Amino acid sequence: MMDTRRHLRGIGDLDRAALERLLDLTDHMAEVGRRANPKVPALRGRTMCNLFFEDSTRTRMSFDTAAKRLSADTMTLAVGSSSVNKGESLRDTVETLGAMGVDAFVVRHRSSGVPWRIAEWTEASVINAGDGWHQHPTQALLDLYTIRSERARRLGEDAGFEGLRVGVIGDIRHSRVARSLTEALGLLGAVVVHIGPRTLMPPTPLARSTDDLDGELEDLDVVYLLRMQNERMDAALIPSGEEYTRRFALDPQRAGRLGEHVLVMHPGPMNRGVEITVDPTTLPGAVVTTQVTNGIAARMAVLFDLLGGVETEVSA
Amino acid sequence: MTDGKRVLGPDDVRRATTRMAHEIIERNRGLDGVVLVGLQRGGVWLAESLGEEIGRIGQAVPVGSLDISLHRDDIGRRPVVPGSVSSLPCDVDGAIVVLVDDVLYTGRSVKAALDALNDYGRPSAVQLAVMVDRGHRELPIRPDFVGKNLPTSIIESVEVTVDGVVIIDPETTVDQ
Amino acid sequence: MSERVESVQPRGGTVLRGGTVIDVAGERRVDVRLVDGRIAETGDLPADGDAEVIDVTGLVVAPGFVDLHTHLREPGMTEAETIETGSRAAALGGYTAVVAMPNTDPTQDCVSVVEFVRSQGRSAGLCDVHPSGSITVGRAGEQLTPFAELASVGVHLFTDDGSGVQDDGLMRRALEYAGELGLVLAQHCEVSSMTTGAVMHEGECCSHLGLPGWPALAEELMVHRDIELVRLTGAPVHLLHLSTARSVALVRAAKADGLPVTAEATPHHISLTDERLGSFDPLFKVNPPLRTMADVEAVRDGLVDGTIDAIATDHAPHPPQAKERPLDAAPPGMLGLETAFGVARAHLDLELRELIGLMSWRPAAIAGLADRHGRPVEAGEPANLAVLDPDGRWTVDPGRLASRSTNTPFTDVPLVGRTRHTFLHGVAVVRDGVATR
Repeated sequence: MMDTRRHLRGIGDLDRAALERLLDLTDHMAEVGRRANPKVPALRGRTMCNLFFEDSTRTRMSFDTAAKRLSADTMTLAVGSSSVNKGESLRDTVETLGAMGVDAFVVRHRSSGVPWRIAEWTEASVINAGDGWHQHPTQALLDLYTIRSERARRLGEDAGFEGLRVGVIGDIRHSRVARSLTEALGLLGAVVVHIGPRTLMPPTPLARSTDDLDGELEDLDVVYLLRMQNERMDAALIPSGEEYTRRFALDPQRAGRLGEHVLVMHPGPMNRGVEITVDPTTLPGAVVTTQVTNGIAARMAVLFDLLGGVETEVSA
Repeated sequence: MTDGKRVLGPDDVRRATTRMAHEIIERNRGLDGVVLVGLQRGGVWLAESLGEEIGRIGQAVPVGSLDISLHRDDIGRRPVVPGSVSSLPCDVDGAIVVLVDDVLYTGRSVKAALDALNDYGRPSAVQLAVMVDRGHRELPIRPDFVGKNLPTSIIESVEVTVDGVVIIDPETTVDQ
Repeated sequence: MSERVESVQPRGGTVLRGGTVIDVAGERRVDVRLVDGRIAETGDLPADGDAEVIDVTGLVVAPGFVDLHTHLREPGMTEAETIETGSRAAALGGYTAVVAMPNTDPTQDCVSVVEFVRSQGRSAGLCDVHPSGSITVGRAGEQLTPFAELASVGVHLFTDDGSGVQDDGLMRRALEYAGELGLVLAQHCEVSSMTTGAVMHEGECCSHLGLPGWPALAEELMVHRDIELVRLTGAPVHLLHLSTARSVALVRAAKADGLPVTAEATPHHISLTDERLGSFDPLFKVNPPLRTMADVEAVRDGLVDGTIDAIATDHAPHPPQAKERPLDAAPPGMLGLETAFGVARAHLDLELRELIGLMSWRPAAIAGLADRHGRPVEAGEPANLAVLDPDGRWTVDPGRLASRSTNTPFTDVPLVGRTRHTFLHGVAVVRDGVATR
């Protein structure tokens, strides 16, 4: 029998049309969020199960809220990272929970690829909430939605992605956010440049890489800062945090050189004093809290898209 | 698409719209607090036409639209495609909301619209205007303003546009 | 029980009639009579009432295969494989001898463990099991094992396989010491400081999948170092499972310089590429990792032009639950014994005799087994033979493998060539593709 389930394991599960449909759906969900009662019955009777093998309260709560606003039932299995290392029980866990009638698993795991494995062991749809360094597609979706809606608000209706110049700055190599975002922006025709030291640049045909932040700064429409983690310094990928900050942080001087309508984004949580030394609330283009708000709408869109119906036209 | 049986022409639709506008004004004397809300997608053009007529005859009333796809009770059984994003022009709390749709059939869309409306506030009254009532109700719902009562067979479908009303015979359509 | 496995045979022995013999001497149409563990005669053998006759028309009679690189997992990891199940897998693959890798638990670094492995092999009686020894105690890379003592109980090949000897000075001393004893050190070439946490070949594919990479250079640096140590010491080195184009080029140059360097390649490194990891299925995780198509082609070329001396399986069983872990937590390794011939035949553009040489007499020489295995099919020689259907097409059913584990990566790969019968010291341990014990 043909496998008719759909998943959102990575941006690779989408084509351009599917991505645009999700962005349009996110518009609907954002509208639901602005209602007096921000809850609709659309996914009544459906069950979403959070499978978080890696702690992330923010992402888990965002998915939880999204599911509740669509009236889906939710289950949560939060597994401490210690038992993840053993890993033997992964398949058993999934099969057991699947037997309880789960329609979608939302999976977060420190190892790349786990959502793909889980999809082979369950009848449910699988949504990736972040796997290793690999993919974080709902983050990319909320980022794209934020770019689209904020640019539309600031520049007018015609602000599309074609030719949009996005600079992703920092530790691209270890970033699932950067991988998903780069791939998704590419699908929509944007031009991505990866900015950071070569030790943190993965080889990819999807973006140009450079370590010259100051040379790129004035050409960017969107500045996307990544979180710099201390363990990278331990692994001798960069000499020190101070040197990183000097070369790649958004400081007041660099912020002053940004164009008028440039958006400044960050997936959070921000390392103030490391990748950003300017107070983001003083930047007119900073949309970091909008990203968080849009996260719920984007995840509602994904849940509704996977569990809510079929994608063919019908009359009323 | 196949050509169906045309039961109303553009002029008929225009005349029916004008008549319904008059009825709405008459029923809601003074039009205070009245807001027209078209159901996505088929009711939106009709709500706009009614709004223009009412504005021409009496006074301007706010016109909005409501997407009910997230409130339907048949999600998963039928494909669901949201229309445009809902846009209500004013606070519905205490307002008299006239829901507008092109065709009234089982009543389930109207039920979904009533549910959706509830999420925005508590109207003082809700009325229903439709261009065509084709019967076969499955819920206790009744229109307040009707352009045309049109007896149909349950297997037929009805298309309503500014250009008229067409009944489509499934025998001559390609259906799954 | 002796290494010569006896069984009740008709007085006239067993006659393999109608086949084509292929051995180091070439190819000829002759019948072969086996009596008492040896080849009694070859030629056009007439019907003989007192012999068991096996019709091998259309098949190839060849010296049994020799695997330089088998993980039998016993002692220590018998949930993955035992010496018995691994030997059965070997026999079904046409092997009559395997070199058992020393990364058991405890390590094969002393006489008692080595003797245990050898005796388990004898009692299974399906294949000659020749234990290798580790180069360093516990494969910890610090202290040399007693080479001479281990050599006295028949160990010829020494390796820390699973990891390479990282300490350059230690490797030099090991070569000097082993060289004068006439032993062979086999290296797993991997500079471990470059492969910390590595899951797959470092490249665009690995970058796209968000996995830590195993750079080709980590292998090549050690290949280069060991070649230079061979140049310095004159002691032979055997390079295990070469996987990169540059490694093959380095070995080619070393051989041109006349250095005593030998090398092997695995069936998976000539048939699969790193793109298989896109499924995140740990079945495709192996060490060294699957490389790019350019590397695969270079390794094939190395086998074809003689730069690489042998096909070795690196048969590495793991139980299903281990391969159900996330990719980065799953152990590396693939089954190989039962599929090696079929994979090699399907992926190498090579005369059958050349291919059999890569799997039989050439590895036998490296393993120090040339007196017993990979021998010519001639009267008086030991009857360690594989009868092959060289063009039989088949696919693997992991559930029907003799190995205790099922971690074969070849389930969707069409295979060409299969073992029909295997004779170990004259006894049919495999008949019509089925193990007899």
